[in-house]
Amino acid sequence: MSQIILNGLFVGSFYALIALGYSMVYGIIKLLNFAHGDVYMIGAFVGFVTLTSFGGLTAAATVPTLILLILVAMIFTGLLGVGIERVAYRPLRTSPRLAVLITAVGMSFTLEYAVRQIFGPSPKAYPVRLSGGSLDLFGARVSTAQLALMGVAALLMVVLAFYVNKTREGRAMRAIALDPQASTLMGINVNGVIARVFFIGSALAGAAGVMAGAYYGSIDFLMGFVIGLKAFTAAVIGGIGNLYGAMLGGLTLGLLESFGSAWLGGEWRDVFSFACLILFLSFKPTGLLGARVVERM
Amino acid sequence: MSGLVVDGVDVHYGRVHALRSLSFEVGEGEIVSLLGNNGAGKTTTMNLLSGLVKATRGTITWNGTDLGSLPAHDLVTHGVVHVPEGRRIFSTMTVHENLMLGGYRVADASLVEKRVQQAYDLMPRLHERRKQQGGTLSGGEQQMLAIGRALVAGPRLLLLDEPSMGLAPLIVKQVMEIIAEVNQQGTTVLLVEQNAKAALRIAHRAYVVETGHVTLSGPAAELADDPRVVEAYLGA
Ligand SMILES: Nc1ncnc2c1ncn2[C@@H]1O[C@H](COP(=O)(O)OP(=O)(O)O)[C@@H](O)[C@H]1O
Ligand SMILES: [Mg+2]
Repeated sequence: MSQIILNGLFVGSFYALIALGYSMVYGIIKLLNFAHGDVYMIGAFVGFVTLTSFGGLTAAATVPTLILLILVAMIFTGLLGVGIERVAYRPLRTSPRLAVLITAVGMSFTLEYAVRQIFGPSPKAYPVRLSGGSLDLFGARVSTAQLALMGVAALLMVVLAFYVNKTREGRAMRAIALDPQASTLMGINVNGVIARVFFIGSALAGAAGVMAGAYYGSIDFLMGFVIGLKAFTAAVIGGIGNLYGAMLGGLTLGLLESFGSAWLGGEWRDVFSFACLILFLSFKPTGLLGARVVERM
Repeated sequence: MSGLVVDGVDVHYGRVHALRSLSFEVGEGEIVSLLGNNGAGKTTTMNLLSGLVKATRGTITWNGTDLGSLPAHDLVTHGVVHVPEGRRIFSTMTVHENLMLGGYRVADASLVEKRVQQAYDLMPRLHERRKQQGGTLSGGEQQMLAIGRALVAGPRLLLLDEPSMGLAPLIVKQVMEIIAEVNQQGTTVLLVEQNAKAALRIAHRAYVVETGHVTLSGPAAELADDPRVVEAYLGA
């Protein structure tokens, strides 16, 4: 039982990281960024390239190595996200929603097949694995690296929550999500803040990419597709556009999957979790934390 | 020339010719009102001054600075602050956060604190509700919040677009008193109104705008007695 919960929380913590980017971008420009899962995939590949170019250490992962890898991947994918927004989305800011959505799908394919072109279609074994020392936690076995990664994910989320809720720039971000034009009148450079949101969201996805590579042990150019859908799901469960919603949604989805595979078998995992999602949304379409706001005019 | 000088501006929205060779001036320290019916081009004029729309012809200068060439988000740094039509407060953020956002471009945090406090002193109701979400305030309180938020930016020229819209007469009076008070403390005010009666009570001078250009202008007291204004805007 505690093993199931622990696995669920671990997988859920990187769903949460990806869902955060999804949700933040949706919150600020109302775009479902379908290329977001592919940014996560690229994060995994950046980690892969970085490690192999340093001689491909295949031993058990040391925690500092992993954290360093995560940082490199975050910077790379963060900048990639800024570039994607600048090139693909900003020119369409005032276009019909559907046009931007289709562009996002196109961007997703572009990233996937660019990586396929470079690395080939077959899965790559990740040169670093989450093994090493393991310990007992309430009857569940976890590796210390796994714990460390969960710690990193939690830390990233705490820092993000602080940034968004307590700082001047975070306040500007929330203001733009509510009313970009009024934000401009406050002196906020809307394009600058949107670029920053893409940086942060994409960097979080990049971090999740490295974590996933190390956890599952293999990566391929399509790995972002399903996880993109799942992160989207997590964001919707939590209430899309809501920061804590994305975190909660990610963890919830991770737990659902973990219980689904334990009770019904691995092949039923996705059926179980998506069935839960459909059921949930038919009762609470705004998600766990969505739209709890009273407005009066 | 000091103050605001709008000289021969044209604005088009596609085929709609919203402003036609519009000219007017606001001297430093004045309250000047632009009066006009729905669709006259008042909001377009305000959006032009704050950089949200661009003129196809003409010039706008504020104390010698050409406002037409600045990006909209930099106008506050030149002391031009716009309180938009419909208040546009950040509805799910607290009153206090709304006020803090007014100070986004003010580098000195203690100055922001000071101005937020001044806004609370001027409008104590905002202080009572500082932890409430902006969207839960009444219309009059939302208007005060929108004005307070602009004051935290440190305006030298305050642009107010129909602050009386949708408010009960008593509240309109309060809002106008606040505007007059802000002006007395040294802020130049451009006040756009359909409610000519309320605006002419506090304005020094006024312009009547019809289909994008000025048809009448003069001291507020004179316009208030002008039969054309009385008939068209004061409903006598
Ligand atoms: N975004 C817009 N697109 C097209 N036409 C507009 C737009 N905004 C205003 N207009 C038109 O410009 C004219 C002036 O509008 P506006 O400045 O809003 O007037 P007012 O504030 O005096 O009611 C109107 O004819 C209006 O229909
Ligand atoms: Mg208007």
